[in-house]
Amino acid sequence: MKKLTDPMDSLDLTNAKTLPMTEDVTEQNSTLLKRFFSIFAAGPVKPGESYGAPGQGKSLAISLFTTFTLLFVWHIATYFQLVKPLFLPSPISVIQRFWEVATEGFGNATLLEHTGWSMMRVFSAFFLALITAVPIGILMGVNRIVRGLFDPIIEFYRPLPPLAYLPLVIIWLGIGEVSKVTLIYLAMFAPIALSARAGVKSVAIEQIHAAYSMGASRWQVIRHIILINALPEILTGLRIGVGFGWTTLVAAEMVAAQAGLGFMVLNAAEFLVTDVVIMGIIVIGIIAYLFDMFMRYLEKKLVPWKGR
Amino acid sequence: MSRLQIHDVSVRFPGMNGGEAVTALSGINFQIEPGEFVVALGASGCGKTTLLNLMAGFIQPSEGYLTLGDSGISGLPRVACGLELKDQITGPGQDRGVVFQKHALLPWLNVLDNAAFGLKLQGVGKEERNERAADFLKLVGLEDFHNHPVYQLSGGMQQRVGIARGLTNDPQMLLLDEPLGALDALTREVLQELLLEVWQETQKMMFFITHSVEEALFMASRLIIMSPRPGRITHDFSLNFNKIFLETRDARQVKSMPEFIEMREKVLGIIHGDEAENGGAH
Ligand SMILES: Nc1ncnc2c1ncn2[C@@H]1O[C@H](COP(=O)(O)OP(=O)(O)O)[C@@H](O)[C@H]1O
Ligand SMILES: [Mg+2]
Repeated sequence: MKKLTDPMDSLDLTNAKTLPMTEDVTEQNSTLLKRFFSIFAAGPVKPGESYGAPGQGKSLAISLFTTFTLLFVWHIATYFQLVKPLFLPSPISVIQRFWEVATEGFGNATLLEHTGWSMMRVFSAFFLALITAVPIGILMGVNRIVRGLFDPIIEFYRPLPPLAYLPLVIIWLGIGEVSKVTLIYLAMFAPIALSARAGVKSVAIEQIHAAYSMGASRWQVIRHIILINALPEILTGLRIGVGFGWTTLVAAEMVAAQAGLGFMVLNAAEFLVTDVVIMGIIVIGIIAYLFDMFMRYLEKKLVPWKGR
Repeated sequence: MSRLQIHDVSVRFPGMNGGEAVTALSGINFQIEPGEFVVALGASGCGKTTLLNLMAGFIQPSEGYLTLGDSGISGLPRVACGLELKDQITGPGQDRGVVFQKHALLPWLNVLDNAAFGLKLQGVGKEERNERAADFLKLVGLEDFHNHPVYQLSGGMQQRVGIARGLTNDPQMLLLDEPLGALDALTREVLQELLLEVWQETQKMMFFITHSVEEALFMASRLIIMSPRPGRITHDFSLNFNKIFLETRDARQVKSMPEFIEMREKVLGIIHGDEAENGGAH
């Protein structure tokens, strides 16, 4: 902790014996405090980067701090009954509910079944969007006719909240699985298609010129240059798209669902079983977060050259 | 080997946002002979890149036409000025390799695959194209970097890959648009010498753009000086400092020859005269 090369420090050391104990303790405390706060430091700064881009450095410790503080405040608020359990059940009772619903079920289905149904809906919609929105977005980028065809449709419905067109989807497609998947699919389609289109547009003209001057055909330029160049933005679009999918899930499961996380939450809310509501929200959040982590991992593996 | 000819070419760009049209090039007439190293020098905005893009076939002239040997590159009547053109190429092609200032390598491919990319486009088998690309990577001093991702290389090494890639297709000429412009001074000098050696080795026609007077004099067997508004060629010099370098291999000595310094002053005079004329806008 102390560098002997520093004359001031070595002076301190020689005087240490004569210092009273209390001094020593406060010093220890202060280094402990310093150590504690150093957890939140930005991490080692790259040499020459003390005036680098704002916001550099680690933020994980701070995020953990926020999370645990929230849990702590939640616990305190319920422990001392500052809020009625009807409005905010304690973390413990939410965990108990988690176990209960996982083993015994809620609303005629176990947690696993609820989760399975929801994931089935979100990921079938995701798969459909992957095989339709990506090609259409790419075509919008490389072909003015396709762009002209789809631009007004996408730009019109994109800002609409899915709840606004849910009734129409139900009138057209009924109350079965098709309308649920369709609603989620529609919410995903626009961001995925638009990011694929933006990816196509992001290609450097030099790369296209270089390929042409090496004898590439138009199709080869699209295949070897434009598609690969668009990959990073397509992956970002897929991430955002799945996010929209989970956002729309509850709306999709509002009508005539027998199982599903969204259904579970809505059903629990009807009977004021608040701990199941909160548990459902947390489960949805965790699944969405895990999938996002997976997409980021995929991004690192597939496009390590992103942003270079 | 055939020569590249530019016949009375003008290029006008429509003005941006309905502004006035820009005459980027006007009345360009010149030709590049086999084995020549032509350097184009001029302030930015005088149409150098436009001229290179024309030669590469990326853009079409508003007037006039270009030919390479007895085939046209762009903007031409099939029978032009008594020349019966064999076949009409109307765009970019493998006979003209291009080296850009930056952003032109493919970051998802390693060094070898970048260099072999042109051959891959033509359907050359993996083994053969890697062999041929390896030859040119050796020529530019990258024989030990085949498997490196290009985005991890320094700027100078990236440009070496760009040069090797331009050569692997065995083009008739190499078009280089400020290929050394983004490099630091030392790397730049190393690559100047490398390019001259490549030129000597391959005997390709070179068209090289720069706005460094010293670089232009050192590299050129023919130096054309361009002037803006409208972009045109105002001077055309024959030089041999590059040959002296290739004999002596002493760049510093060449660049401090009295003739070199005298020429440098003359060219600087021309360019500064231009600037005064144009109100020093560039
Ligand atoms: N695509 C374009 N559209 C409109 N104007 C252009 C375009 N490309 C170049 N110009 C104009 O033509 C002139 C010459 O440009 P350029 O050939 O890039 O010059 P240089 O390479 O010598 O700097 C400039 O005034 C530039 O603004
Ligand atoms: Mg330029």
